[in-house]
Amino acid sequence: MEPILQVKNLTHTYGIGTPFERSAVEDMSFDVADGEFLGVIGHTGSGKSTLIQHLNGLLKPTSGQILLCGKDIWAAPKKIRDVRFRVGLVFQYPEYQLFEETVYKDIAFGPMNMGKTGEELDRCVREAARLVGIRDDQMEKSPFELSGGQKRRVALAGVLAMEPQVLILDEPTAGLDPAGRENLLANIRDYHRNKNGTVIMVSHSMEEVARNVDRILVLKSAHVLMQGTPKEVFSRADELLSAGLDVPQITRVAMALKARGLAVDPAVYTAEELERQLMALRKGAAGC
Amino acid sequence: MLKDITLGQYFPGDTIAHRLDPRTKLLLVVLYIVGLFCADSVLTYGVMIAAFLICARVSKVGARALVRGLKPVLLIILFTGILNLFFTPGDYLWQFGFLHISRQGIAMAVRMVLRIMLLIMGTFLLTYTTSPIRLTDGLERLLGGLKKIHVPVHELAMMMSIALRFIPTLIEETDKIMSAQKARGADFESGNLFHKAKALIPILVPLFISAFRRADELAVAMECRCYHGGEGRTKLNPLKYAARDYWTLVCGVVVTAGVIALGRFGF
Amino acid sequence: MSTILETENLQYLYPAVEEGEQATVALRGVDLKIEKGTFVVVLGHNGSGKSTLAKTFNAILLPAAGSVRVEGMDTTDEARLLDIRRKVGMVFQNPDNQIVSNVVEEDVAFAPENLGVPTAEIRRRVDTALGAVGMAEFAQHAPHLLSGGQKQRIAIAGVIAMEPDCIVLDEATAMLDPTGRQEVLSTAHRLNREKGITVVLITHHMNEAEDADRVVVMDNGKVAMDGTPQEIFTRVEELRNLGLTVPDTVDLLDRLRRDGLELPLDALTVDACADAVAAALR
Repeated sequence: MEPILQVKNLTHTYGIGTPFERSAVEDMSFDVADGEFLGVIGHTGSGKSTLIQHLNGLLKPTSGQILLCGKDIWAAPKKIRDVRFRVGLVFQYPEYQLFEETVYKDIAFGPMNMGKTGEELDRCVREAARLVGIRDDQMEKSPFELSGGQKRRVALAGVLAMEPQVLILDEPTAGLDPAGRENLLANIRDYHRNKNGTVIMVSHSMEEVARNVDRILVLKSAHVLMQGTPKEVFSRADELLSAGLDVPQITRVAMALKARGLAVDPAVYTAEELERQLMALRKGAAGC
Repeated sequence: MLKDITLGQYFPGDTIAHRLDPRTKLLLVVLYIVGLFCADSVLTYGVMIAAFLICARVSKVGARALVRGLKPVLLIILFTGILNLFFTPGDYLWQFGFLHISRQGIAMAVRMVLRIMLLIMGTFLLTYTTSPIRLTDGLERLLGGLKKIHVPVHELAMMMSIALRFIPTLIEETDKIMSAQKARGADFESGNLFHKAKALIPILVPLFISAFRRADELAVAMECRCYHGGEGRTKLNPLKYAARDYWTLVCGVVVTAGVIALGRFGF
Repeated sequence: MSTILETENLQYLYPAVEEGEQATVALRGVDLKIEKGTFVVVLGHNGSGKSTLAKTFNAILLPAAGSVRVEGMDTTDEARLLDIRRKVGMVFQNPDNQIVSNVVEEDVAFAPENLGVPTAEIRRRVDTALGAVGMAEFAQHAPHLLSGGQKQRIAIAGVIAMEPDCIVLDEATAMLDPTGRQEVLSTAHRLNREKGITVVLITHHMNEAEDADRVVVMDNGKVAMDGTPQEIFTRVEELRNLGLTVPDTVDLLDRLRRDGLELPLDALTVDACADAVAAALR
């Protein structure tokens, strides 16, 4: 099957011709499969933010191409707005973009810009609100009366209401407490599962990415360092650590156990999995 | 794009211009402006241009930075130039309907454009070489006398320096909000003036809300650091006049007086 | 050891914004004694009252009932206000909204300037403070060009310049990336170790509590748990009920114990956890 998004030799250079010239993204290439949940990991300054703003055409490549369903998104620069409706981007701290009088109107902003009206508009708005758990009685409230976590969900709904083919989230859980984080991630997982949508999630937290995504893209200083399933990526934990990136705590425990002579596969990232391995090990030992 | 605006931008350095007392520089700017408005002939303009070039050289400000500084006022400069060029009566060289170019018009246009450019670039030299803190310190001290007639000089100076501190932050924030709304299909480019004004609402509302939130938080943070008005405050870098300040001021007075005198005697 | 901060039956409520609305009770009787020189982490989910508690420590908020005393001074005593604020420095969540000046060293000098400290002494304090947070080389920089972690370290330096006995970090790590968080955390620990400054760290990141002397868990405006990190984190079920997660190491140990392995629950760090598991499996 053809990938929904293809990034081909993408380079973006800021401040060309000034002493501050610097490439934030350099010769990046990767594909995103239809219906996939992709995690993007990297330090601040690794090029994550610049990269994702290319995927919906907010930034124009210095060189290279972005293909959406096989077509170059910059083939018709006048139609770039349509690309933004098809590739929805939720920025960091999206609650700071809310501006309407009511939650309903704010969620409707995107679909209205698409030209949706009447029942179709109403359906999009209500469905998006339902996906993120905004109750009907909250729809006529001012978004500014809501709690921080709820505001963020409204902002997320504002992008979901455009019914994009690809949803990109830039650190959706930044600043939330553990319960808020888990709630929001559950919303995103539900959306991915029920809508079969393609999701790209940028995060700082290895744990968060490892537990939720199908595949991970690791960025380091403007380049793709590695990509693969969480298992594949964390089997190269040494490389990640020496690149200055974090690995999940459980992976580090597994590595430490292996160093202590236990036959543990260090490519694990959840407590459940390591528990299973260790219990199997114990049974094996008891059997002998 | 928005980040290119250099209005009020300070460039750290260690030139004589940087070391001068901000009060000296403020007074110098006043003298410079007076000189500019009194200059009327090729000779006096020449003197002012020379004075400006010397200051720019001493401040080690690049020509490119100066030109970039003119960018935000480019429209005003063009407008002034065109207005003077086409609408000044005199010996007509060219005419088309109500538009006409006269010899006096050309002279006037050149003079006005030069005056505005020199004015803007000159005041830029001040902000290029003086940190906002020192600038407001200077203003506060220069206007200190006004406290006696209950003008809240310290408060005004503090407001100004905080405003300057938050300009880059708010510009960055505007960029972010604009991108976020564009991602939801907001369109800032097409449509008539009314549409364009309406399109600004999704930017302005979040920007104001965030500015108020910032103001609230900053006020608390300042209180936590024992801020209680200007009374009894001391300074990390107190202002002190040095010999160079006196010499600079003397030079400034001489140039401006010279320009005025030259004008009086018809040069 | 002497007490630096003491609250007694501390209560606070946020007044209703509009008429007819209920006032929100944020603190419902907090009794807390914080010893000088300790590193205390206050944990809790959003709305547990932890940030409100922090703001009562230096008289930004005054108790509705009960009292807060800083080295014996009551925070409602207006005559001692500056003394109290100088003793208890506060660093907030958003690094951008607490930096006053365009130049790093001028910003650090802000508090001593307010306190009327003589110029030469301000210079000494600014240099010491910037050195203590490892930002000396940035003295002349513009703060808005620094990273989040660096900005927060500047904010900490701005507080240290008051020479406080106690620093309260009110969710100061919440907006930072892992690198920035680590920078702030290790700076706080170093100040605690080397200068004996009492640190109260308010957070919802559990792993920031691992190296603390003491953990206080807030819930619904009250102290729900109070003890060493080892004691607190072994109470896995209680923590989960309070909307908090436990570190993955503790989660693993907890699971293995249920499977019948003999394991302690207080091996918080990766190495301690691996040691314990390896020993149990041998």
